[in-house]
Amino acid sequence: MTATIGPTTPRGARRPRGARRTAVAWLFLAPFALVFLLYTAIPTVAALGFSLTDLRGTDLRHPLAVNFTGIQNYLRLLEDPSFLRDMLNTVLFVAVGVPLTMGIGFALALVLNSGIRRLRGTFRTVFFAPVVTNVVAVAMIWQYAFNANGTVNKVLGAVGFAGPNWLDDTHLAMPVVIALGVWRNFGIAMVLFLAGLQAVPHDVYEAASLDGAGRWRQLRHITLPLLMPTTLMVSVLLTVFYLQVFDEPYLLTDGGPLGSTESVALYTYHQFGVGEFGVSSAASFVMLLLVTLVSIVQFRMLRPRT
Amino acid sequence: MTGERTHMRRRSVARPLLYGALVLCALLTMLPFVWVTSGSLRSLDEIRSDPGAWLPQHVTLDNFVRLFQTEGFGRFLVNSIVVAVIVVAGNIVAASAAGYALAKLDFAGKRIAFGAVMAAMMVPFTTVFVTQFVITVDLGFADTLTGIALPSMALPLSVFIMRQYALSVPDELLEAARIDGAGEFRIFFRIFLPLAGPAVATITIMSFLYSWNNFIWPLIVAQSTSSYTLPVGLAATSQAAAHVTDYGLMLAGAIVVMLPVLVLFLFLQRYFVQGVSGTGMR
Repeated sequence: MTATIGPTTPRGARRPRGARRTAVAWLFLAPFALVFLLYTAIPTVAALGFSLTDLRGTDLRHPLAVNFTGIQNYLRLLEDPSFLRDMLNTVLFVAVGVPLTMGIGFALALVLNSGIRRLRGTFRTVFFAPVVTNVVAVAMIWQYAFNANGTVNKVLGAVGFAGPNWLDDTHLAMPVVIALGVWRNFGIAMVLFLAGLQAVPHDVYEAASLDGAGRWRQLRHITLPLLMPTTLMVSVLLTVFYLQVFDEPYLLTDGGPLGSTESVALYTYHQFGVGEFGVSSAASFVMLLLVTLVSIVQFRMLRPRT
Repeated sequence: MTGERTHMRRRSVARPLLYGALVLCALLTMLPFVWVTSGSLRSLDEIRSDPGAWLPQHVTLDNFVRLFQTEGFGRFLVNSIVVAVIVVAGNIVAASAAGYALAKLDFAGKRIAFGAVMAAMMVPFTTVFVTQFVITVDLGFADTLTGIALPSMALPLSVFIMRQYALSVPDELLEAARIDGAGEFRIFFRIFLPLAGPAVATITIMSFLYSWNNFIWPLIVAQSTSSYTLPVGLAATSQAAAHVTDYGLMLAGAIVVMLPVLVLFLFLQRYFVQGVSGTGMR
């Protein structure tokens, strides 16, 4: 993870570097380095340490009372049906959310990039607006809309359906949570795809259409292959992002009803909330492993092309 | 994009269809905003009698008035603004300096420093928040605005954006100043920073957005209502309000949280989009 992308100065072109030069450079880096050490490096190492102990919230003032317990927390996770359920929920969120987000984002990017001149900026703004909204505010709107006699059921009622109480139903709550995630994120996918599409040279299409290739064939044989690196990047970005999903389930349902929308991140938070710092850290380390794995796959797949 | 001539005829049919589809999608995307606006303008009685109605029968600002009368709401707003100012200022300072060093200076440990930026972008929040919390407590910043702001004062994304920008500044410019005997700090302040306007703008917007919308970290650090930021205060208010179904208050609160960002976004959306598409990160 660390050494994948290095600075690009060729070896021969290096300027003389002295201790002074290095000291000056690190002075420039100091504010970032300080925050990085305090809030990323030390916490990551410490989290690994915590995950191997029986640390509880109440022990913070008595560090000596903490015992080293090895991989016991991890074994506990394996035996905890609610952790396994939360893993499945998270996988479901990724498996449904990522393709939906990418599909919508890609379709919109394609349409906006093809011949639509008028209002292109307006559409782009509208589709990107959900990305910048506050999740707490949006979750409130969602609750209002999906309430038993909320606006969604009002619409359903108008066409003759009796709407359910969405967020209290173990089968329906998850789709609503995923919908919120997709609504908030398809704009990111769209913008990234738009950037990718605009990098595809025009003359490739001109040549293809002179050869009689229709739009569908151009899409299949030019756009999609040339967009592969973007597609990969978007899919891995969203996967990493959705793996960590917290805000949406926390705010809409707090993991309920009956844990049907609890994600791994929410599990970590709930364990933290009841003072089980050791278990919480172990769960969070499982998350770090997953995210690292996906990131490595991303770099492996993107490297040959870029 | 495709050959203009060959598809002229087909397009004349396709284009209205495309626009129709786009308008439909745009309306669907905007629906939540429409709901929240119309809902917030309805009186409490109206909402109670019919929570799902589309339009207010009598437009009223009553919810907003009640919101600002609510205990603590003004405080949440001020807290959010203070935290955002600290975060933005910190990011401008820390990221422009670090980005400059990573792109334009040659020094021992450069690879490690850049690796740290990349790694920091990838470590999941859930992995570090427990220990981050313990550290914050140890530093004596628990339940303070400093504790809320500190971890986001040097966002790796800001450093990354600044580094990418600094790479595009020609070396000759800096080299000439070095030959004239200017020190690195002088070069940074006199030559680099004045050129870095667009990057600073991007960083300002991204870090403001991050700070304004940040929810989980302030939720963990803020323990008493006096240090709640707007999202945390709003979530608490709504959880309390859920029992009495005071949707009017919730919806008005939602508007107040979203409005500054939406207005800022409308004016500066070019930079938002640049920040996202240029780096592929949130």
